[in-house]
Amino acid sequence: MTIEANTSALPPLSAQTGNLRPMLEWLARRAEPLVISLGAILAGLALFSVVIVVIGKSPADLFKLMYTGGFGSWFSIQNSLSRAAPLLLTALCVALPARLGLVIIGGEGAVVLGGVAAAAIALPFIGSAPPIIVLPLMALAGMLMGGLWIGAVGMLRHYRGVNETIASLLMAYIAIALMNHFIEGPLRDPASLNKPSTAPLPAEYMLGNIPGMDVNWGLAIGVVACIISFILIEATSFGFAARIAGGNVRAAQIQGLPVGRLIVGFAAIAGSFAGLAGMVEVAAVQGSANASLAAGYGYTGILVAFLARHNPLAIIPVAILLGGIDASGGLIQRRMDLPDATVLVLQGTLFVVILLCETFYGRFKIFNPDLWKRTA
Amino acid sequence: MTKLLPMNRRSFLQTTAVGAAALGLSPSLFSATAAAQTALTVGFIYVGPKDDYGYNQAHAEGAAVIKAMAGVTVVEEENVPETVDVQKTMESMINLDGATLVFPTSFGYFDPHMLAMAEKYPDVQFRHCGGLWQEGKNPMNTGSYFGYIGQGQYLNGITAGYASKSKKIGFVAAKPIPQVLQNINSFLLGARSVDPAITCQVIFTGEWSLAVKEAEATNALIDQGADVITCHVDSPKVVVETAAGRGAFVCGYHANQSPLAPEKYLTGAEWAWGNVYTDFVKKAQAGEKLGNFVRGGLKDGFVKMSPLGPAVSAEARTKFDTTLAEMMKGTFSVFKGPIKDNKGGDAVTASQVLAEDAIELESMAYLVEGVVGSTS
Repeated sequence: MTIEANTSALPPLSAQTGNLRPMLEWLARRAEPLVISLGAILAGLALFSVVIVVIGKSPADLFKLMYTGGFGSWFSIQNSLSRAAPLLLTALCVALPARLGLVIIGGEGAVVLGGVAAAAIALPFIGSAPPIIVLPLMALAGMLMGGLWIGAVGMLRHYRGVNETIASLLMAYIAIALMNHFIEGPLRDPASLNKPSTAPLPAEYMLGNIPGMDVNWGLAIGVVACIISFILIEATSFGFAARIAGGNVRAAQIQGLPVGRLIVGFAAIAGSFAGLAGMVEVAAVQGSANASLAAGYGYTGILVAFLARHNPLAIIPVAILLGGIDASGGLIQRRMDLPDATVLVLQGTLFVVILLCETFYGRFKIFNPDLWKRTA
Repeated sequence: MTKLLPMNRRSFLQTTAVGAAALGLSPSLFSATAAAQTALTVGFIYVGPKDDYGYNQAHAEGAAVIKAMAGVTVVEEENVPETVDVQKTMESMINLDGATLVFPTSFGYFDPHMLAMAEKYPDVQFRHCGGLWQEGKNPMNTGSYFGYIGQGQYLNGITAGYASKSKKIGFVAAKPIPQVLQNINSFLLGARSVDPAITCQVIFTGEWSLAVKEAEATNALIDQGADVITCHVDSPKVVVETAAGRGAFVCGYHANQSPLAPEKYLTGAEWAWGNVYTDFVKKAQAGEKLGNFVRGGLKDGFVKMSPLGPAVSAEARTKFDTTLAEMMKGTFSVFKGPIKDNKGGDAVTASQVLAEDAIELESMAYLVEGVVGSTS
């Protein structure tokens, strides 16, 4: 019915373009974010090249090294993927609330407390329960802790009107202080003299690597989390309601949507992903909770989420790209004698240029089929 | 237009092509010429910037010493967090740069990161700064080195004792762990050897590198009347500049900070890693076995003192020199009983004379009488 109505409203098209047009329209709409993002990345790299030329180095050498270090070999690819893994989860902690219009930047707090909770819950079970029980329990504890932490940010926002950006950021400092208290106090392994840590997890309780790869299971967990989040936002009524509330809170309230529950719920889900990142860090990398949990993954996640325009699926390639830049940073330091800040300058440049390019959305006729000529 | 640029497109392409060719050729040239002097690639990994006037700079200065040795190639990476990043950095140095001797210099790199890589690359030698290696427990291609720097802080204390008018000195400390506590206690005991009425206020910042808190702590100590300040944080730069800016004297730590405060700098306890690294590299080049547990103090050339500053009196200089001479003979003990802790208990009993390598000092958990502050 509806298809007939649509086609009858359009002027007659030739048989060929009639077949092609829906495909072209579909392509055009989806090409917009891709083309603009790629353009922005190229513009950012060009701008960065200027910096490199100014300090007297060759951008060609630099980009070649970046490729070698980030993606040039199977080792480099695994290096990049390892670094990308935690960013997938921490980026979700920013991207999900962002769909509701919330700017939450304190995922770091959920990461460290999630890690501490995961390490703490494992302690009484070590030796008495098999890993198949302990590991899910750790994941659950990490997610619950992270969910409560960022969920509290959502509650402060909705019920007390506290700015969620500031609240989450400041709570991250509280979280790190709490972590230090626990690992230096009640949960400290007395054997950890000069680096306070919780008791180490025995090897059989560690998450280990994905078979055939030198990358831990955190990568698979992160990818699955991104896919689940995409489905949640794009294909469920909960996600649809959240997007409406994110577009216009008043309209959502008038429609009778439970805005408060949406805000707290999304914040809690977001926090649980960051908490899970903390659990993975403990169970796959560190083997205990210690101050190395506060490695800045929560903050790099902000960058990833913004670059991915808060699209959970786009987070995957963006995280891998940033992981690659990070992985190549070492090679740039070693081979070109450039400071570590080089890659930070690149990341910053990319961030600013991509945000600037946000203003180009809807400005190019080619991506907007509604403005195309009706006749072919 | 092209004339305005220092390099046009053609010459740019030419130089990059030549550069690429040189890059491609250099490994083969290297192996031909360097085979005679046993080519060795050594990797250094730092947790912070290598120009931090502190912990990392001390190691980078050591790396610079061996860089000048024949047949040695040094590759360095700074700002590497104690996460999977450092594992990948080690692997990258081994796989892409051909490093066969790696020095991960941060305490937190040891377990699990360096141990995991040592297992994976049994032909590569790993030596870690911090002193955790245990025979039978850790692989033989790994090892630890560290220096006894407490006597250096004792000498700092002597200069502080003479310079202080208020009889109050201050210590900005990172964390209440044994190594730090030993430095605080040594500093006060040094000052008390000049005047037993001196007290030392300590403030813990909770982090190894947290510039804002370090500045606040320094200001707070001076506000409370302290007129000589020292510290144990990764980068003493902020403490030294803040203290000198307020007119207090400073004693340095890790590296030589006198360029930051030439008038106010008394002396400083510095690492002399150049000696340690030279020894390791000479052994590696000669094909000898590297030590697995290497330690030493002032008399072994692991630790050195900054040149005495202009504010050090002749009297102080004499006491400094005689104490240093005793230390160089190996007959000096900082922790010579009886010493009470600052809660009234016995820290060191009357009969105890602890040498700088005494095992009791490794698990120090007290502050001595005269230190104002608490470990928890």
